[in-house]
Amino acid sequence: MFKRSDQDSRRSVHIVVDGAAVAAREGDTVSAALLASGRDVRRATAVSGAPRLPYCMMGVCFDCLVTIDGVGNRQGCLVPVAEGMQIEIQKGKREIGR
Amino acid sequence: MLKDYDVAVVGGGLLGSAIAWGLGRLGKKVVVLDEGDIAKRASRANFALVWVQSKGLGMPAYTGWTMRASETWGRLAAELKDQTGLDVALQQNGGFHLTLGENEFAQRAQLVTRMHNQVGAADYRMEMLSASEVKKMLPLIGPEVSGGSFCPWDGHVNSLRTFRAFHTGLKLFGIEYFPERPVSAIARRGGEFQLSTAQGEIHAGKVVLSAGNANQSLAPMVGLSAPMGPTRGQIVVTERTMPFLPHPLTTIRQTDEGTVMIGDSKEDQLDDRTLNHAVSAVMADRAQRTFPHLARLNVVRTWSGIRVMPQDGFPIYDQSESAPGAFVTCCHSGVTLASNHAFEIARMVAAGALEPELVGAFSARRFDANHAATGSGYY
Amino acid sequence: MNTTARRDSYDVVVIGAGPAGLAAAATAAEAGLSTLLLDENAGPGGQVWRAIASTPVTKRDHLGADYWAGAELVEAVRSSGAEIIQRATVWSLDKHLEIGVSVGGASFFVKARRVILATGALERPFPIPGWTLPGVMTAGAAQTMLKSSGLVPDGPTVIAGQGPLLWLLAAQILRLGGRIDRILDTTERRNYLAALPHAFAFMTSPYFAKGFALMRQVRAKVPVVSGVTELAAAGDGELATVTYLSGSRRETVPAELLLLHQGVVPNVNLAMAVGIEHRWDELQLCWSPVLDRDCNTSVEGIAIAGDGAGIGGAEAAIVRGRIAARAAVEALAPAAAFKLAPMATFRASLVKAERGRIFLDTLFRPAPQFRIPSDDTIVCRCEEVSAKDILDAVAIGATGPNQLKAYRRTGMGPCQGRLCGLTVTELMAQARGKTPQEIGYYRLRAPVKPITLAELAAVPKTDADVNAVVRG
Repeated sequence: MFKRSDQDSRRSVHIVVDGAAVAAREGDTVSAALLASGRDVRRATAVSGAPRLPYCMMGVCFDCLVTIDGVGNRQGCLVPVAEGMQIEIQKGKREIGR
Repeated sequence: MLKDYDVAVVGGGLLGSAIAWGLGRLGKKVVVLDEGDIAKRASRANFALVWVQSKGLGMPAYTGWTMRASETWGRLAAELKDQTGLDVALQQNGGFHLTLGENEFAQRAQLVTRMHNQVGAADYRMEMLSASEVKKMLPLIGPEVSGGSFCPWDGHVNSLRTFRAFHTGLKLFGIEYFPERPVSAIARRGGEFQLSTAQGEIHAGKVVLSAGNANQSLAPMVGLSAPMGPTRGQIVVTERTMPFLPHPLTTIRQTDEGTVMIGDSKEDQLDDRTLNHAVSAVMADRAQRTFPHLARLNVVRTWSGIRVMPQDGFPIYDQSESAPGAFVTCCHSGVTLASNHAFEIARMVAAGALEPELVGAFSARRFDANHAATGSGYY
Repeated sequence: MNTTARRDSYDVVVIGAGPAGLAAAATAAEAGLSTLLLDENAGPGGQVWRAIASTPVTKRDHLGADYWAGAELVEAVRSSGAEIIQRATVWSLDKHLEIGVSVGGASFFVKARRVILATGALERPFPIPGWTLPGVMTAGAAQTMLKSSGLVPDGPTVIAGQGPLLWLLAAQILRLGGRIDRILDTTERRNYLAALPHAFAFMTSPYFAKGFALMRQVRAKVPVVSGVTELAAAGDGELATVTYLSGSRRETVPAELLLLHQGVVPNVNLAMAVGIEHRWDELQLCWSPVLDRDCNTSVEGIAIAGDGAGIGGAEAAIVRGRIAARAAVEALAPAAAFKLAPMATFRASLVKAERGRIFLDTLFRPAPQFRIPSDDTIVCRCEEVSAKDILDAVAIGATGPNQLKAYRRTGMGPCQGRLCGLTVTELMAQARGKTPQEIGYYRLRAPVKPITLAELAAVPKTDADVNAVVRG
């Protein structure tokens, strides 16, 4: 869906998405890294379970909700990636306590 | 002059729509007059408990009235489902009031004892449970929970869907609902009531005032009184989460949609457009001490609403002597008592008289003499 | 990086570090006022200059001169003495100018003598069938990814809609080697005629030459279909095709990515939550705050600058930021105002910056069928409520957005109405034969962005607050 520009010389940052290693770049938001990964990163909504991907990428639509380092319903488009960050694609409602 | 309607109901909140729905069910020709998009809407700000425990201290009749509502709520939910297809998610498997620390536990235990000792009140099997007993039923409670009271009659419902089901039902019964039409005057002439609105007069054989705190100014127009003492309450709501809370609590419940509602404050301030974050903070703090897992949930909304509250906390159901056919109905617990309003009050209004054995205790005449009990319509 | 404010109170707190906020903060701080700039993003720039301090796009002409113009202002703020906190979410603001700020999962409050809201704009909802499918995004979303991560579409991609941003984005994608299969232009043909009387002002504005150059660049490389009057996305669990009608020609094209855009509208949530008066703008088809000429709102001490005050573009936003800041300086430290350019100069610049705006607003006024959906098309993305659901609620008595919540939960999800509010207002207005002004908007309240329960619980409280809650 998206590819990286060859001008991009930023450092790699390694994150883990549903247990798999993904190479992101320093300064990527979680959502950008996920969309660039080529993986199926569709979440399922809390209401009907419908599949969604990020829509606005600027913090207003909440379609980028994702579990980051064990905390559910984070806005992936507002959180920069960090080395070793653990990402889980959220299917349905968040679980209490995470 | 021809009467346009058998009954005009003033107020389209949960109380007015329950009565109107009940009248429609009996085949009456009814009109509901309501305000518009911005109004003090207690029915949209409520906590949605169908609640029995601790109701009626100071007025035993209220205990029986509440239990009757609890018993018939299932029938109401079933009838609404049959008629509208909407499941109002009634759940009545018992509810808790949990306490934090020993002082609160002792205080609650005292209340339970006072309730039990009250002569003439129905026994609703409210009992104190220790923290370890609570933990068996609510495994996620935190270490600060000292126990609490449990009542097997308690439950909750989706109150917004109930509201929608009533209004869907009103349409199906052919009842006319006129929003944006507040009533400015009511007069009884020639055996009918004339209700003045900006869009013209409405004529009806009977009138039921269910306009919440506004009843205080409407009731005198038909020779009735409704002394109100509204308070403000704030509620905090989280995002949807997986089900974790099998029973409702007085101040925490998980809706069938998954959101967690956290209540509720009782403030003298009556501006429902502002919020006191510090008060919300107390509620949030108590919620996370009760269930530590809640701490990380996101709060998506908070709001304040103005409670409909008769001065002594108990409902008012009254009929006019000077203007026969005029009724006033006010209560705080429009959700809990919805089944009584739909079945009992509607039946009495249709018949033209309130039944003293069921609702005689709730006449506003109790405010006349100086013997008004103040107390515990609301805990 | 700052994660908390150094002081409890400031002369001026500016919310939002886009063009207006940066200009306001720089101006206030240069005049010597204690100034705090709060911004939700990782770096300054807002949406227009998104990632200006960190973009991986090194070839400057790929993003264009207008983008790099922001660097100067960012530098000005950094050297102005203004305190800047990035990744700060403002979740509450009240009439006492107390501001609730969340940074890294913890909240603090600051007091201001003046608040300048520069919360900018967001893209107008584009509720077509299938707009919730994975693979349908806003054009702004694609531009954000392009600027901040150098990402461009590489599969079958359709861009649909209208407005200057759409052409700029297309040009940027092409310069960076991305793929666009087709552009579907939804500009209504009758708008060209309506805009004609304003064409002279536009042709003498800076937009004109730039705009046409961009369109020429794009048209040379991508097939453009104009006069599109119907648009739908479809697919099973993800976008597969885009269907459109142009004239009498209906066509379905395969697509993996559909980028939608029909202009931007003020981001009103924070302003409305404070109770600032807004009016329906019949030309821009959105809510705009009621402001005086110094950008002051109906709430004492709060001004709004930038696109949040009504869409005017980056140039106008900068000037409005300076006007609002100068007004704050005049009120709080009149003696320091001499350090700044005279108000008259700013006002003259504003007139210049706003030239051509009416032409753009008229030409790119979105068509009714793209604003007011029907049938099963989703209106509220969070609660998954369709146009038909809303019309059903109107039929049983819902009068406006607030009553609609009770019937259908619209606007009650985490986005708090940002993606459905305008649609709900216009849809209900149409259904009820009323104006959007008469129908009104959601009554918004703090928190305007979600915060955790623990954060809320940590807000300082008194015994009276405790007594308002705890009872036997």
